[in-house]
Amino acid sequence: MAKKHPDYIIFTKEMQKEYTVFIPNMLPMHFTFIAKVMQNYGVNAQLLTTSGQYIKDTGLKYVHNDTCYPAILVIGQFISAIESGKYDPHKVALMLFQTGGGCRASNYIRLLRKALAKAGYGYVPVISMSFAGMEKHPGFRMGLPMIRRLVYAVLYGDLLMLLRNQCRPYEINEGDSDALASAWTDRLAKEMSADNRFSYKGVKENYKKIIEDFKNIPRRKEKKVKVGVVGEIFVKYSPLGNNNLEDFLVKEGAEVTVPGLLDFCLYCVYNGIIDTEMLGRSKLAYPLWKFAFNFLMKKQRDIIDCITENSDFEPPTEFTHTVSLVKGYIGLGAKMGEGWLLTAEMLELADKGIKNIVCTQPFGCLPNHICGKGMMKPIKEKNPDINIVAIDYDAGATAVNQENRIKLMLANSSK
Amino acid sequence: MKYSLGIDIGSTTVKTVLFEDEKIIYEKYERHMSQVRAKAMEMLGELRPILEGKTFSVALSGSAGLGLAEACGLPFVQEVFATGEVVKKTEPDATAVIELGGEDAKIIFFEGGTDERMNGSCAGGTGAFIDQMATLLDMDADEMDRASLEYTRIYPIASRCGVFAKTDIQPLLNQGARKEDVAASIYQAVVNQTIAGLAQGRKIKGKVLFLGGPLYYCHGLRKRFKETLGLSDEEAVFPEYGRYSVAMGAAIYGEKAGMSIDIDTLINRINDNINTTVSANRLPPLFENDGEYEKFCLRHAKADVEKRDISEYEGGAYLGIDCGSTTTKMVLLSKEKEILYSFYSSNKGNPVEIVREQLEKIYRLCDNRVKILGSAVTGYGEELIKNAFGVDLGVVETIAHYTAAKHFLPDVDFILDIGGQDIKCFRIKNGAIDSIMLNEACSSGCGSFIETFAKSMGYEIADFAKRGLFSKSPVNLGSRCTVFMNSSVKQSQRDGATVEDISAGLSVSVVKNAIYKVIRAGSADELGENIVVQGGTFYNDAVLRAFEKELGKNVIRPAIAGLMGAYGAALYSMRLSKSGLINGDTLKSFEHTSKSAVCKGCTNNCHLTVNTFSSGKKFISGNQCEKGLGLGESGSEVINLHEFKRNYLSRLSSDSNKESARGIIGIPLALGMYELLPLWYGIFSSLGFNVRVSGMSTRRTYEKGQFSIPSDTACYPAKIMHGHIEELVASGVDAVFYPCLSYNMKEEGTDNHYNCPVVAYYSELLAGNMESLEKTELLYPYLNINNKRELAKKLHGLLNGRFGSIGKNEIHRAVRNGFKEYSKYMSALAKEGERALAYARSNGKRIMIIAGRPYHIDPEIGHGIDKLAASLGFVVVSEDSVFHLAKPQSVKVLNQWTYHARLYRAAKYASEHMDTELVQLVSFGCGVDAITTDEVRAILEEKGKFYTQIKIDEITNLGAVRIRLRSLIGALEQ
Repeated sequence: MAKKHPDYIIFTKEMQKEYTVFIPNMLPMHFTFIAKVMQNYGVNAQLLTTSGQYIKDTGLKYVHNDTCYPAILVIGQFISAIESGKYDPHKVALMLFQTGGGCRASNYIRLLRKALAKAGYGYVPVISMSFAGMEKHPGFRMGLPMIRRLVYAVLYGDLLMLLRNQCRPYEINEGDSDALASAWTDRLAKEMSADNRFSYKGVKENYKKIIEDFKNIPRRKEKKVKVGVVGEIFVKYSPLGNNNLEDFLVKEGAEVTVPGLLDFCLYCVYNGIIDTEMLGRSKLAYPLWKFAFNFLMKKQRDIIDCITENSDFEPPTEFTHTVSLVKGYIGLGAKMGEGWLLTAEMLELADKGIKNIVCTQPFGCLPNHICGKGMMKPIKEKNPDINIVAIDYDAGATAVNQENRIKLMLANSSK
Repeated sequence: MKYSLGIDIGSTTVKTVLFEDEKIIYEKYERHMSQVRAKAMEMLGELRPILEGKTFSVALSGSAGLGLAEACGLPFVQEVFATGEVVKKTEPDATAVIELGGEDAKIIFFEGGTDERMNGSCAGGTGAFIDQMATLLDMDADEMDRASLEYTRIYPIASRCGVFAKTDIQPLLNQGARKEDVAASIYQAVVNQTIAGLAQGRKIKGKVLFLGGPLYYCHGLRKRFKETLGLSDEEAVFPEYGRYSVAMGAAIYGEKAGMSIDIDTLINRINDNINTTVSANRLPPLFENDGEYEKFCLRHAKADVEKRDISEYEGGAYLGIDCGSTTTKMVLLSKEKEILYSFYSSNKGNPVEIVREQLEKIYRLCDNRVKILGSAVTGYGEELIKNAFGVDLGVVETIAHYTAAKHFLPDVDFILDIGGQDIKCFRIKNGAIDSIMLNEACSSGCGSFIETFAKSMGYEIADFAKRGLFSKSPVNLGSRCTVFMNSSVKQSQRDGATVEDISAGLSVSVVKNAIYKVIRAGSADELGENIVVQGGTFYNDAVLRAFEKELGKNVIRPAIAGLMGAYGAALYSMRLSKSGLINGDTLKSFEHTSKSAVCKGCTNNCHLTVNTFSSGKKFISGNQCEKGLGLGESGSEVINLHEFKRNYLSRLSSDSNKESARGIIGIPLALGMYELLPLWYGIFSSLGFNVRVSGMSTRRTYEKGQFSIPSDTACYPAKIMHGHIEELVASGVDAVFYPCLSYNMKEEGTDNHYNCPVVAYYSELLAGNMESLEKTELLYPYLNINNKRELAKKLHGLLNGRFGSIGKNEIHRAVRNGFKEYSKYMSALAKEGERALAYARSNGKRIMIIAGRPYHIDPEIGHGIDKLAASLGFVVVSEDSVFHLAKPQSVKVLNQWTYHARLYRAAKYASEHMDTELVQLVSFGCGVDAITTDEVRAILEEKGKFYTQIKIDEITNLGAVRIRLRSLIGALEQ
């Protein structure tokens, strides 16, 4: 277990009352919920939605440019927010999400603290949010009720993202899908604040209503090229990280599929199980991982059922099926970064008939050497009709190179 | 009659093709010098008479065509796709296409479904790269091509990217390698990169079409491709339309797209869009107005030196020579430190000849009035020039520069030197060099980059720089590396940036790279109060201004910024009173020949360049150790822990249990195996297997496996693994063993004990990408080496049955034996480490911890840096032989990797001992070292120690490493 590092600033209960806590925006819809949930628990969470070249520039100033691109972006975004003049630097805290693991991404939090010190904001507290409880902050405690709500934030977010992606390319009135998704985001966020009346029954009813609403969006009946997006978690989801990849693909006439965030959560939980089953490690935590896994799987099945029963929308793939797909490609012990999940998601897409895939990664991403680029040859061999393009994202990489390669992938898809 | 027009606008050229029905009636290929839209207009103007009054279809293609097509609402087709369509029509029996463009390389496979690929972001083996290399050789592309046909040997040149290749080529030239050989080697590097980076294990065979400009013009390149791929004359096809394939594809696509247009409408559309978009990614101008510029010039004019007319001078003089990587500088000083003569020129690939010419000239000017009393040489070519002309002293660059800077600003506390390909920064404290920072291969955004860029856009560097001064909105080009910057330039051209904007943007990039990447400064205050900037690049006022603006501080730029090394060397030589420099008469008969040879001193087989001078003196370079110089082993005992480890592991590498019935287990000596070999060796030997370990790597090992590497940005130690597997499989082992280990050995005082993802799971990649593993099984179980019982259980499941019946007890015993072997190894290391330290202390020698990962001791990965350090008089130890002598280190980053924890502790040890220095080896592409390097530096600098980092990759250029190590010694000796 991690030992105490006395050198970090603790986020105290007093701070909770008057500090603004910045959260990076990895997935627009999901993180709106997450911020809302935290606000309900007394943390003045503020989602950072800024974008622009200055974020990269600020990041590069304080982080080694060989470090992964997401770290440069997230840290750049934080420091530019502190320096924006809109907040009292002595009244802000920063929050980062951590999974822990053998990837260098586990180091973001330390890199952020180093960067803050370098920029002269060493006093700004950084809160690590992780289910593994890597650090303790009295001003930010995740109790079970909060964790439960965060889970629903992920589930709602995934559902809205999925439906929006399936409607947006076909909508007759431009903007319908986005408007609906954001209306629901607001509504659900509000609902989450009414703590005591929060029930799973209500959640399931919401699922139905959401699906119903999306069904009612007037859409064209045409066939578009389906493109899946997989990759490193930040650049896969964040428009800031991937130069607005989704918008670009939609503009090029594609329907985009991005596997949900729940898959990543399930993957993290599943790794705990594998650590025991495969390596005989951490036997004590095993039942807990098992419990969490079964709990989340049940939730995923409910969503899948709800979608299939009530609509023709393509539901997410059941995680256990996704897991089964990697057999013969990569071992389930490869758990650093996105690990085997990255390979699994490419196969999951192919399995669904989505043969065109953009595999996004930060330039020089270590796990992706193996689980992304390293798996393309075997995947192509066993699925000859698959059409994958690997795209590197970096502060120094240019959109024209990225777009040109995606265009090649698209050109090949329309055959 | 039906007309279809195809326009292909690439990164460097515009190609136009006009079809009349099926016949091409017009074609044109021209460089656009970054004036994309203007060039397109010009070409359309030429077409006007042919197309006047007709309607035709049109489509654009190419990376620069993308933006134009979008802006003008014209059909666009992706260039690789376009090529594919053309080839399917014209050569239906082709199996593959290789197309090289200005900046992109592409491969298309037609068998088993079309597979179209483009190079990744980190590649430079293309037309622009060849142009740059030609500039380096001081040739034009045609001359280089002709020369390449006359080659006699091929040098290994890094093919990872253009910057790396350049780092290999430059020293070859400086060492006097034949240009013919270098030219052919450059082409070979392009071939290797194309095959390794794009085919990634897929065999290129059958009828292969070679397309694109470079393959149309460069016959030497064609030859290299044909030979490397083993293609016959019938199989390798170089069609006459090679340059136009994309444009033809665009024309065909345009027809299908169905847009009909006339020439005036087309011209108007492009014209209307010529100056539409200015992208948001711009920077503030360098100078707001002329007044600001004038003030700036006046301020800098003050930092000048006295000059004196040599024809009026009589008496003693001192000569300083700075033989740099791309330029040679010389300064002759009077006794009063006035400049009598100075010289600055590009090396033109032969610095010896340049220095000879200049010496002749100097002697002529000196007549009999001026007598040279002392001479000194510094820079890359120090040894070569010293031997050639009998120069009295050799000075380490850092000392030479500091000596010169002190002359301008006695209390200077920070010096930044940006030269042709190096950035050097040093802090001065209490009159001594306190810390040295040098750029790594992959941040070579230096002077020569701006220069080659200027040339490629058709400008002289001085003119190009001047234009940048008054750009209204410089483009933001990023700062990762020059290859990336190149493509940023391409993007900005697409957005309509002017030459002025690009020039200014390049200057800002060079500066940002220096400040944030090399110096790693967060603010101006970290640099110091009295800053001197120098090096040829600072002649460029735009760079100087960008630097001052970025820092928010004024700095001193001596008027002789580019001559500072030579000036410092001359000042340094003033300690002499009599010179042994070659005299005027002998100079007249001076002759210099160079030839190449392979050293037979050890298994490294270093490629040597032997320079012979008319004086009979010889200078040999390219050697990794002193043996190549014909000196043999030196008399006193050389203690080198890297060597000790290699010897220890090699003893395990000879076949064990030769007559084994169980079978042969092959173990690749790469990545984590450099640590855990004793464990696995112990286990498998104990089980009665014949354990066959692949040997230490050579360049050849890498080459054997390079074609199955899927990710070109992975580290060299990982890439070399492919070769080890090939060797083992070829030797007929029954199975290859490299397990997946998420966790390494647990050692005290760390947050966790992971392996990095590459060490942990590389087998997964090998299994998926290496065809040779279809014949021989790769065993890569996921194992937990911190739990003997679990380990035994897993191994039993893996081996029992597969290799006959193996009992559980037998496995348990084997595991115990394995761990015994491992701890024997680790304690031998610790013991030898302590012995080395004791030896050094009792013999008054300096200690150098060459720290990195266990696999850095591999002679091909570490490039013999340990031997070099030993030859410089250090007792060399490794991080894993001394870390036990320091307490576990608390660090500001997550200390969760076993190897890194050792690194931090070793650094701690060095920081606590006056006589111990630490040099960190970092493999290019090592993601985790982006984190460790800052930490190790912090640990060392906290105690006032020097931090030296050496980035290693395929590059075999030891010259730069030698300078680093000598700078370190020079600084220590102050």
